[in-house]
Amino acid sequence: MMEIPLSWYLSLSGVLFSIGVMGVLFRSNLIVILMSVELMLNAVNLTLVAFSQYLGDVSGQILVIFVMSVAAAEAAIGLALVIAIFRNKLTVDINNINLFKH
Amino acid sequence: MNLQLLVVLIVGLPLVGALVNGLIPLFYAPARQWKTLIGAVGSLVVMVPFALALYLFSQGTGGLPDVAALYTWMAVGDFSVSVAYRVDELSLIMTLIVTGVGGLIHVYATGYMADDRSFWKFFAYLNLFIFMMLNLVLANNLLLLFLGWEGVGLCSWLLIGFWYDKRKNSAAASKAFIVNRVGDFAFLLAMFIVVRDVGSLDFDAVLAGTAGMSAEAVTMVVLLLFIGATGKSAQIPLFIWLPDAMAGPTPVSALIHAATMVTSGLYLLARMSPMVLMAPDIMVLIAIIGAVTALVAATIALTRSDIKQVLAYSTVSQLGFMFMAAGVGAFFVAIFHVLTHAFFKACLFLGSGSVIHGMHHVEHELRHRGYDGAFDSQDMRLMGGLREFMPVTRWTYLLSTLAIAGIPLTAGFFSKDEILFKAFEYGYDGQLYAWLAWAIGLGTALLTAFYMTRSYMLTFEGSGRWPMPDQVHPHESPRSMTLPLIVLAGLAMVGGFIGLPKVAEKLGFSNWIHGYLAGHAGHAGPVAEPELHAHVPVGLEIALILAGSLIAIGGVVWAWRFYGRYELGGDELVQGRFGRLYRWWKVGYGFNELYDRTVVRPVISSAEKLFAPFDQRIVDGLVNAVARVMQAFGWLFARLQTGVVQNYALAIVLGVVLVMLLLVF
Amino acid sequence: MQMANLLSVVILLPLVGAGLALMAPSDRAVRWFALLVTTLTFVLSVPLWTEFDLSRAADLQFVSGGFALIADSLDVRYLVGIDGFSLLLVLLTTLLGPIVVLSSWRYITRRTKGYYALLLVLQTGMTGVFCAFDVLLFYVFFELTLIPMYFLIGIWGGEQRIYAAVKFVIYTMVGSLLMLVAIIYLGIEAGAALNNGVFTTDYFKLLEFDMAVSMQTWLFVLFAFAFAIKVPIFPFHTWLPDAHVQAPTGGSVILAGVLLKMGTYGLVRFCLPFFPNASIAHAELFAILAVIGIIYGALVSRAQPDAKKLVAYSSVSHLGFVVLGIFAFTLESLQGAMIQMVNHGISTGALFLLVGMLYERRHTRLMSDYGGIARSVPLLTFFMVLTALASAGLPGLNGFVGEFMILVGAFSSEVLDSPLLVALATTGVILAAVYLLWMLSRMFFGPLTEQANVKMKDLSVRELLVLIPMGLLMIILGLMPQPFLKVSEPAAERLLETIERKKAVAEGQSLPEHLLDEFRRDSPSGAGERSVEGAEIP
Repeated sequence: MMEIPLSWYLSLSGVLFSIGVMGVLFRSNLIVILMSVELMLNAVNLTLVAFSQYLGDVSGQILVIFVMSVAAAEAAIGLALVIAIFRNKLTVDINNINLFKH
Repeated sequence: MNLQLLVVLIVGLPLVGALVNGLIPLFYAPARQWKTLIGAVGSLVVMVPFALALYLFSQGTGGLPDVAALYTWMAVGDFSVSVAYRVDELSLIMTLIVTGVGGLIHVYATGYMADDRSFWKFFAYLNLFIFMMLNLVLANNLLLLFLGWEGVGLCSWLLIGFWYDKRKNSAAASKAFIVNRVGDFAFLLAMFIVVRDVGSLDFDAVLAGTAGMSAEAVTMVVLLLFIGATGKSAQIPLFIWLPDAMAGPTPVSALIHAATMVTSGLYLLARMSPMVLMAPDIMVLIAIIGAVTALVAATIALTRSDIKQVLAYSTVSQLGFMFMAAGVGAFFVAIFHVLTHAFFKACLFLGSGSVIHGMHHVEHELRHRGYDGAFDSQDMRLMGGLREFMPVTRWTYLLSTLAIAGIPLTAGFFSKDEILFKAFEYGYDGQLYAWLAWAIGLGTALLTAFYMTRSYMLTFEGSGRWPMPDQVHPHESPRSMTLPLIVLAGLAMVGGFIGLPKVAEKLGFSNWIHGYLAGHAGHAGPVAEPELHAHVPVGLEIALILAGSLIAIGGVVWAWRFYGRYELGGDELVQGRFGRLYRWWKVGYGFNELYDRTVVRPVISSAEKLFAPFDQRIVDGLVNAVARVMQAFGWLFARLQTGVVQNYALAIVLGVVLVMLLLVF
Repeated sequence: MQMANLLSVVILLPLVGAGLALMAPSDRAVRWFALLVTTLTFVLSVPLWTEFDLSRAADLQFVSGGFALIADSLDVRYLVGIDGFSLLLVLLTTLLGPIVVLSSWRYITRRTKGYYALLLVLQTGMTGVFCAFDVLLFYVFFELTLIPMYFLIGIWGGEQRIYAAVKFVIYTMVGSLLMLVAIIYLGIEAGAALNNGVFTTDYFKLLEFDMAVSMQTWLFVLFAFAFAIKVPIFPFHTWLPDAHVQAPTGGSVILAGVLLKMGTYGLVRFCLPFFPNASIAHAELFAILAVIGIIYGALVSRAQPDAKKLVAYSSVSHLGFVVLGIFAFTLESLQGAMIQMVNHGISTGALFLLVGMLYERRHTRLMSDYGGIARSVPLLTFFMVLTALASAGLPGLNGFVGEFMILVGAFSSEVLDSPLLVALATTGVILAAVYLLWMLSRMFFGPLTEQANVKMKDLSVRELLVLIPMGLLMIILGLMPQPFLKVSEPAAERLLETIERKKAVAEGQSLPEHLLDEFRRDSPSGAGERSVEGAEIP
């Protein structure tokens, strides 16, 4: 079996991360934004696992577990907030949620 | 009996009465109708202290002065003020006047106010007044006296504005309170100086400490106390509140604005008499102010057609006489006149109240018969001929008029004559200003006899001048009102014998009140006297007494014949005789107008047109201007804030990229 | 025996209550709960008074806490206690607690839970201010009062509530931030001088820190500026009428009753003993401003058509007396100032309560909308007249005692040495009568014309419960102030001694060496050993 070089993993995770950033920055649906954040986190996870494998150090994988639990919590709270906002404003369009401006 | 307990009862009972009559009906509305009970409680809590004071009085002067100290009111460091009451000859006499005349007026009020819906409140206020007045006269230090002093002012305010539905009454009440506060301001300053220089406000300590004060400080203190007294005792320049104060119910005018409260200025000067004597310059001022006030008020009284206004100005005038006495060092005579004046002036006011009561009835009847013109139940122009309908009122009013005029052997004769004699004597001794006061006093005495007889004639003699006099007429007032009148008129007749003129010594009689207050061999009184070097010869003294009597009799007879013949037309004749001067009197020498223009309106309009806008525009404007500058900066930076979260996120990302680029290169 | 940590309980109980209040199931429940907490706090604070050891009233008692507040490396502690100055103000604060809750009973209908929770937080802040004996802790409590008050005005206030709330917060904050700068500087300097270089804000250590006059001046200005805004001293007073008028009744009562006292208390507690030379040097300035405030406040009061604004400006006038008393540096005036703080809290608090009650009935504060209502609401009128007279300084009621002692003290003050100034201040007595009687006569007397006023309801039992204690206190403090005066007298004496001593030392520093020795021999000795005994931490 052919060994996949580290750079591939890193490139993939870079691409994933960028997609996530773009999603956060340019999408206007809150749920999509949340999903993009998840994507960013997973891109980081991928990097961590790849380095862990490459360096033979398990602490990277431990960190992944942490990130996943944080991501789960974040998704839960984030979605709860989205639902709360939706109840109040009947929209999840971020362009309409700009209370800071007022 | 133990003095402490006695004093607590004397001072405390009226307070208990005020609380019972005031608080129970206030919180429990049905109690407001228990008029008999309220009247009885209200009167008893004044009469019992009177009896107790009589008992104290009957104990003689052996143990006096005696002090009943209750507790420390306030104390800081070495300075301490107690709630302590002082029983001595002066405070006893004043207590007797306050509770004695006060008790009679309470009885009178049960009749006079019987139909008033706020009967309970009236008695609560009256009792509170007696409590405050007793604090004033019994206090052992200046500060407790001041508590009474302001307290009676408060009651005066409450009672002048008793019928507060009329804007005018409430304004008169406020005016009285505020003018009095001007006097109180001076009183406070006097106390500050005393505390600074003596370190105590107890009378004994203050009078003993006077020796250690500089002459300027003593002069200043006496001057300030005198200004305080001019406020409370309605002297020039602060007398303007008293005539307006007649807006209150008539028993109030009799009690507060004739017999008791307005004399507290005199009491203060008598109490501080050793100190006053050390400020001869201020004594000149006191005598002259007193004499001029007496004259000015008497001339104004001449022009008034409201019966209570005549009496009000007459009170100012009589108070002027008392100050004149104080100004020539005859403090005991001032107190003597306070006493006799309490008798006849209370009687006159209560008599006028009885008349007003009767005229109210007339008005009521007239309205009943469909009369809808203007009617003023206090206007003497609508009275006349009341002697037929109100015989008791008429006789008591007449006797009191004779007393105030100074007809020989009445109470007013002895006290007024003593004032004039003392002024003459002081002048004879070399203080020439006293002669000036004496001359003015003599002229005022004539005027007094004249205008008081005028008020009697216009009210009781002649024929009725109200509309439809043949169909409606007033009735005599009930027994509860006439009884006090009879007692007071009796006292106004005989009360003067306690202060016989000096010449009576030749016949073996002594001047009791002089001995009691100012002291004699073997007894030191609380009131000081100046030392005289020259003595008026007996012949001259008799001549002065005769002159005084003639002036009084002349004034009465003159007015009697004048108004007996012309009735109302008499006023026009007087007006014709004096012309411009009369108009000047009519407007009260323009004092009200003057104060209005120089003090009241400038203060109010500066507050409204200068200070309030200044506060809004300048002081607050500066604050807001600073805020606006900040806001301008804020507005500039706010341009950067779009409020869209994604923009902020973009900024973060760009920032991260920038940092990474910087790290890499 | 004084209970350990009782004081901390009194301070922190309302804060705990605030948290619980938010969980209350209904508006009704939260009202009763807030009443319960404030009443309990008051009851708990009574032993502070009964168990207070008068024989050492100048020392710190009921000391509680002592642990480091931020980090062990800094000498900043949670240290609370009370001495003669604090006691009365603490009691005033706890007493006003239930009264304010009761007065808000019907008035607050929106977001009730938040309101009562904020009230409770506010109470912790206020009580803490008077008990804190660590300057930074004081600052924390001082600021803690700001935020709840901001919301009280901003959410439950009148039409211009936002403007008033923001103005209140920013104005006060400007002052207190300057004070924070001064505190930090003071902490560093004092730490270097007498705490082995460890930053300290311990009150008693700072008290022993003798500064050069120039340093005193700078720090005094920063401290005094913060307090001058809080008091407020003319010309920094304009936030007050806005805040008062817009605040709900309960807020106004707290503002007038306690919050303003934090300024005058701060002057007495910190400015005078920390910076005696600077204080004395600026005494004349402050006295003049105070007298301007007395007269100016009264005149502006007279010009207000709005009853609440009239009362607000009267506070400027009354607190002028307190400031005058503080800067006269005599025992009488200082004592007068202390008792006047309490008096003002009671009588002006009651005035706001009464105006609030009228507002609840008629929804207007304009005096011209009333007139002759003594006929329809006799009980309310009774209390209003009583309170107005107390406020106008009628002898026998509370206002007089303070004013008289302040003026007597200031009159013979050697520092001010200006009887004329005091005479001017005394005219405030006349002016107080002018504006208060004017208000009474316009609102309560005269003909009863408007129909809405005829049908007005008199006081309810709840309102009587609020007013009767206030009325009783006015009379008790007026006729028997001695038990109250006794509490603060030793503290006032100690303060004057401290000033005297520190002044001598600081002046000594600017003298040439040979004079300095001479001076030290004359000045009171043993500066280091005193006044800390009471502060030992249990």
